[in-house]
Amino acid sequence: MEDKFTTKAYLEMELLRFTTAGSVDDGKSTLIGRLLYDSKSIFEDQLEAVKRASIRKGNEVINLALLTDGLRAEREQGITIDVAYRYFATPKRKFIIADTPGHVQYTRNMVTGASTANAALILIDARNGVTEQTYRHSYIASLLQIPHLIICVNKMDLMHYNEEVYEKIKHDFGAFAAKLDVKDIQFVPISALNGDNVVEKLDNMPWYEGGTLRYILENIYVASDHNHIDPRFPVQYVIRPISKKYHDYRGYAGRVAGGVFHKGEKVMVLPSGFITTLEAIDFDESEINEAFPPMSVTFRLSDDLDISRGDMIVRENNVPETGQDIEVMMCWMSDKPLVPGMKYYLRHTTAEVRAMIKEIVYKVNVNTLEHVPDGKELRMNEIGLVRLRTTKPLYYDSYRRNRTTGSIILIEEGTFNTVGVGMIV
Amino acid sequence: MTDLQKKYNLNHLRELESESIFVMREVAAQFERPALLFSGGKDSIVMVHLAKKAFWPAKIPFPLMHIDTGHNFIETMIFRDELVKKLGAELIVGSVQESIDNGRVVEETGFDASRNLLQTVTLLDTLTRYKIDAALGGGRRDEEKARAKERFFSHRDEFGQWDPKNQRPELWNIFNSKKRVGEHFRVFPLSNWTEMDIWQYIYLDNIDIPNLYFTHERQVFKRDGAWLADAPFMKKRESEKVVTMRIRCRTIGDISCTGLTVSEASTLEDIIQEIAAVRVTERGGRADDLRSESAMEDRKKEGYF
Repeated sequence: MEDKFTTKAYLEMELLRFTTAGSVDDGKSTLIGRLLYDSKSIFEDQLEAVKRASIRKGNEVINLALLTDGLRAEREQGITIDVAYRYFATPKRKFIIADTPGHVQYTRNMVTGASTANAALILIDARNGVTEQTYRHSYIASLLQIPHLIICVNKMDLMHYNEEVYEKIKHDFGAFAAKLDVKDIQFVPISALNGDNVVEKLDNMPWYEGGTLRYILENIYVASDHNHIDPRFPVQYVIRPISKKYHDYRGYAGRVAGGVFHKGEKVMVLPSGFITTLEAIDFDESEINEAFPPMSVTFRLSDDLDISRGDMIVRENNVPETGQDIEVMMCWMSDKPLVPGMKYYLRHTTAEVRAMIKEIVYKVNVNTLEHVPDGKELRMNEIGLVRLRTTKPLYYDSYRRNRTTGSIILIEEGTFNTVGVGMIV
Repeated sequence: MTDLQKKYNLNHLRELESESIFVMREVAAQFERPALLFSGGKDSIVMVHLAKKAFWPAKIPFPLMHIDTGHNFIETMIFRDELVKKLGAELIVGSVQESIDNGRVVEETGFDASRNLLQTVTLLDTLTRYKIDAALGGGRRDEEKARAKERFFSHRDEFGQWDPKNQRPELWNIFNSKKRVGEHFRVFPLSNWTEMDIWQYIYLDNIDIPNLYFTHERQVFKRDGAWLADAPFMKKRESEKVVTMRIRCRTIGDISCTGLTVSEASTLEDIIQEIAAVRVTERGGRADDLRSESAMEDRKKEGYF
């Protein structure tokens, strides 16, 4: 029996969330299928179902895309409509893949998949080299502050495993990458179809000295992806048992969004600005000494203060920015364009306020990264710098500094749809 | 990795736990009258365990809701009642038998008859009757291909329907709970857990589960390659002979659609080893999913769990 599923080993596993982006026909489904299959995460009944469906559709080979296309409409039309989440584990790590479709509403879907990812896999077809879509996908990964980019140069088999082809793509991408804001970029030449450098090295590319894709995924350094510097605790829910045993208990439940909180230290509560002591950190039935992201815990404070959902607990000498006039990089997700003067509900951590759009400063051409001055409107799948004003002050950090306290969503009045998502600059 | 960095790093089970607790607290904060859908299966038991942690030392601030097909394993019912008593929780039961008696649904007939589909009507009626605006479910994205597309906060229109082609974008951990009158949400805190995660977590936290999950002797018969439990309401064909086997449940649902596994696993460690070696999905034995390629999606669109 494989020892990897003993609980001790299982407990030492880390979680890596990654997103995959590619254009139509660049072999993304094949690659995901291979990662899942080679890690034994595809089961016989799933494979049988895909085989049956492939034959019925008249496909000559097993169409692994059918494995990821979960909706009837997707299978019928042969397209992927929405982000699908996939899971697999190796003895070292547990993986969550946000598989985002390459064509329909690409920006909306990719931004969604990227929002929770530590790493992005970007596929390049070795025959086509770096294309506009490569730029677009990389830009979105950079905008969403995904710390690690893995550029998979796929279909190397169709280019005779030629090193120069790979080097040229690396070089072309490097020129563009200088404009991006990404901490870590790695390249790997692969053939998803044959399996070269996906899980095993095989013999076709002796010139490649790096690790396989799976090795890279298992070894990316994720421990520093959270902000451990600026203590931020958005209050989510107030726990008051009103029972005999816990008559005076008042706990502030939430998930640590940044920094490390220590029992007994001085903390500041926003918006009131009161300074108090973090008396205890409760988790389940026990007390703990420290809390760090992404832990869900309950804080008890030594003073009785008026604190409710949407407030934030921070440290006196490290407070977030405060303000009602906010600039965000906005990605628009609705058929109805964003225009200055419109009002929306705005959600930021656990707070909700209303917001009015003041100005569209510029739009970004996601293929060239050029700023296009166009103040009229931001349409579906467009990205631009937007100024807005909120009814009440927000306590925020720049998205670059903290992905939790630096992100917002806009909700349309009337339909209550989520229409826009923003990263505070 | 230095010790300091290791110190401030959660392992993946604790990270999933923290995510689920966050989602449950969001539900308690954002909705007026949520309920936790409880089936007596391992996923809903883990949900209750997480809810207990999320709100300790207060009681779970929402009722448990059981949609009772009337075709349950008796062990499930005993387990349910004991758990509710221990938690001091409120229990709401929606009865499929009552829906049949009231003429809201018509019982399926024939050998493959099941009350699985009928549950949807009972579920929606019960949600309406108790004015539930958020139903917490134990569904996981790894279970089934339609579920892989599900949001944490999944919007349902006034008919209880899911529109999978037009879901609200869900980013970071900001959950939009806004809805119009008559609409509701299904919320899935276990979205990112896998079957193996659930078992490891049950082992890690020493969570009580019904004995049905461990090997035991039972009167069973074979249908379409799957072992089903015999019961008075299970209509059998001439060729379907009842035999006694040592089996266990890998999932627990209604008796009519729960495929049983021939197994000697008597401890959680045994189960974990068995799951690690097994080559079919846990829903592979579920007759309700095998009805068609889109069986789950179709049921979910109508308002199923």
